[in-house]
Amino acid sequence: MVADVIPEIVLVVGSVVVLLYALAAPRRLQAGAALLALATAALATVATLAMLGGPEYLTFADTYARDGTAVWGKLIVLAGTVGAIGLSVPWFESDHRHGEYYALLLLSALGAVFLAGATDLKQFVMAMMLSSATGFVLAAYHRRSSPASEAAIKYYLVGAFTSASMLIGVAYLFGLAGSTTLSGLTRGLPTGGLALATGAALVILAVTFKIGALPAHAWVPDVAQGAPAPVAAFVTSIPKVGGLIFLARLVLALPTESVEWRPLVAVLAAATMTLGNLAALWQNDVRRLLGWSAVSQIGYGLMAVVALERSALAVPSLLFFLLAYVVGNVAAFGVVVELRGRTALGEFTGLARARAWLAGALAVSFLSFIGVPPLVGFVAKLLLFGATIEAGYTWLAALAVVNTVVSIFYYARVLGPVYFGPLAGPVPVLGRWAAVATLACAAALVLVGIVAEPFYLAFTRAGLLGG
Amino acid sequence: MAFAFVPRSVSGALASADDAPAAPPEGHVRATERRLQAAATAVAAVPLVLLVVAWLRFQGTGAFELVEAVAWIPTLGVGYRVGVDGLSLPLAAMTALIFVVSIAYPVDLRGRPLPYFALMLFLEGVSLGLFLALDLFLFFVFWDVSLVGMYFLIGAWGHGDAQRSALKFFIYTFAGSLPLLLAILGLYLAADPRTFDLADLGRQQPLAGGGLYATLVFLGFFIGFAVKTPLVPFHTWLPPAHVDAPAPASAVLAGVLLKMGTYGFVRVMLTLMPDTFARFAFPLALLAVVAIVYGALVALAQSNLKRLIAYTSVNHMGYVILGVAAAGAGFGSAEARAIALVGATTEMVAHGLITGALFLISGSMLLRGGTYELDAYGGLAARARFLTGLTVVAAFASLGLPGLAGFVAEFQVFAGTLSVYPWLAGVSLLGIVVTAALFLRMLQKLFLGPLPERWKAFPDLGPAEIGALGALLVLVIAIGVAPAWLLNMIDSFAGPLVGRP
Repeated sequence: MVADVIPEIVLVVGSVVVLLYALAAPRRLQAGAALLALATAALATVATLAMLGGPEYLTFADTYARDGTAVWGKLIVLAGTVGAIGLSVPWFESDHRHGEYYALLLLSALGAVFLAGATDLKQFVMAMMLSSATGFVLAAYHRRSSPASEAAIKYYLVGAFTSASMLIGVAYLFGLAGSTTLSGLTRGLPTGGLALATGAALVILAVTFKIGALPAHAWVPDVAQGAPAPVAAFVTSIPKVGGLIFLARLVLALPTESVEWRPLVAVLAAATMTLGNLAALWQNDVRRLLGWSAVSQIGYGLMAVVALERSALAVPSLLFFLLAYVVGNVAAFGVVVELRGRTALGEFTGLARARAWLAGALAVSFLSFIGVPPLVGFVAKLLLFGATIEAGYTWLAALAVVNTVVSIFYYARVLGPVYFGPLAGPVPVLGRWAAVATLACAAALVLVGIVAEPFYLAFTRAGLLGG
Repeated sequence: MAFAFVPRSVSGALASADDAPAAPPEGHVRATERRLQAAATAVAAVPLVLLVVAWLRFQGTGAFELVEAVAWIPTLGVGYRVGVDGLSLPLAAMTALIFVVSIAYPVDLRGRPLPYFALMLFLEGVSLGLFLALDLFLFFVFWDVSLVGMYFLIGAWGHGDAQRSALKFFIYTFAGSLPLLLAILGLYLAADPRTFDLADLGRQQPLAGGGLYATLVFLGFFIGFAVKTPLVPFHTWLPPAHVDAPAPASAVLAGVLLKMGTYGFVRVMLTLMPDTFARFAFPLALLAVVAIVYGALVALAQSNLKRLIAYTSVNHMGYVILGVAAAGAGFGSAEARAIALVGATTEMVAHGLITGALFLISGSMLLRGGTYELDAYGGLAARARFLTGLTVVAAFASLGLPGLAGFVAEFQVFAGTLSVYPWLAGVSLLGIVVTAALFLRMLQKLFLGPLPERWKAFPDLGPAEIGALGALLVLVIAIGVAPAWLLNMIDSFAGPLVGRP
């Protein structure tokens, strides 16, 4: 049983070690915390890799899943976390006491990992709290920066409201089913009634906060713009892995005949992708643009949830989407980090002439978001469209197509000046760590897209336990 | 902005700081550019040589030949499958030739030769891949990537409002590619077992039953290919993209990229869903006739050389679609439909060669005269013999003069269509008349009349330009005079496809 949660234990122990190190180490050695955090993430990755292809079952009295989807979700979280640590090292170098930052980062990743495996409402609440509370602190890490404080307050407020709804919703479902495990909900929930609909809606609302989907999406653009750039890369992507996987497990536990979750999620997907896109259109702040694009991306991801149980492509499309989304997001924010946080659209003009590799990474991540082959984003979109069509939601696929066309416009608003404009002045960059992390992510977007077979094969075999 | 039209040799002194920060001597830059150009041309010629070898080894069995297949994503039924038949081999060979010629052609490189040649070679690989792909997934990969390559070529080396034209091109054609993707998915989901293999899908005919689902898939394919072709009313991206692109990119865009659309009509729609195609053949033919007449009339009204050529492309692609529609109509003699399909395919090749040459010529005009406006020129026949001679050949080939490639193609399209849709064939003959008028007007404005004072020193074409245009136009004449070698090749696929005994 304990063997099922070795990666989680590694993360807990690692974050405590990092914290103790940060407390004890002198200022000049604070960066050592980053190395410890990297080692922790690497160790957790190794422990997770060992679970690949293993047996799939529920553990800890049906409260935690050890299935292919959870394992892959963890791997995506850990990969994204390694990328975020790489971005953070040069960014926080000037901060004298930044060691405990890495402890928070690991704990936040742990929250996402827990979410990916949660098959119990209490477990879900715990994971949400861990992931959210650390996220608030991370977003506000630059205490003296007013945009960061504002972003964190907004993030916190939206989070507080949805936490309340989550707790009430969980109480409803527990009261109706007499159990908090998802398998208990499947057995115990009544087949109808206002209480069931209310409880389910309140819990789903809390998940939309975590994944940044409508109607609790409002924090995403603010955090993307105001939080420290490496934190923005982390918070706008990694917790969503856990959130989306938990949503998939939750809806499967609900009685389909009374809770019309499929149309509900479809409408959420449609509204999220459309609003995110429209809002991104005229942003002149690249980080805010990335934030809105992150909102619209989650709308595409929700299409996989709609297709659950109706298409064999649903789970693979969900995992491919999460992989493409996290890696692409870290790469895009990585470019901003490496450019010392320059974020005004006008300052990106002519970038390709001075920093061809960074411009290339930005182009690759944007083209992957758009879904241009052979990048990972294309495989993800292909599978998402296929799953949605097979599930009988052709209108949603068609809407996603329209949205994709719209999205080209704002991505091109950045890429056009980057490649076609004249260079205005020197382009200082941050350092090797962030560059390596960014370019590695961009390279992964290309490579995983081309060598998609092993991933697709593994994703099709990944089970999704829950209800 | 005014200097944007001045050739680099002239504007070198005016070049802004960001163009050449270290400002090496002009001659040195030119030498480097020339070396790069020679190297890129040599690389571009390799596929051409290989395709000639493939042509010599081609048997003409009617099936895919010289097939190479490697598993790519086998779980999804995706493979790296390539091969040729009588449709793809001529188009691929034409593509390789146009790229060699376009890469060798002189152009204002804006001080950034390396990415320019890299992008051109990249586009050559992608375009060849598209015509040689025997897997719909692979086909779509090349399809989409070609848009990205062309976007950067137009945006970075174009002139006028290049960024805007590049964006319009990208958004418009990408918007077309997404219905195509949905249609490919629809076909894939309907197949059993699921596969993207073109040969396998051809055997399976997964949507032979018809119905709403088949119609939607057909519609998706139609939008995707019609935007690329471009068929009226999906053509509005084309004029700005063509006018603002650098001339070699225009040649590639018109010569090669437009063929991707018409190729899709035949390779995917006609081959994989012939029943649905037959149901929609008449509206398609009607649309083709509209494109023919509309394209010719709008071209007639242009005062800008490049825009004029761009609109004649709309007209010529109309002939192709008319031929394809007649071939897929499902009635009429198989003999006539085979002729229409052979004509349509020949038109694809002929248009590539002819319009490629015309766009390259427009680039030479821009380098020398700094504008595309027809009214700015005149009397050049006296100054520039090679330019005049080659332009006349290209223009006459484009308007369909017998003895040149365009005539061979259009004659067969009309001959084939006449027995299927006689009225439509009659109306579309109007397009030929208008095209003849507009090309004669163009030749008159450029080359006849008195030579304006400022063109007294108008330089004639250089050896590289003469060689490049010569290579294209010699083929145009060869196809016009002795077309059998090409027609037999195309017929080896067209005959079996329409079920001719």
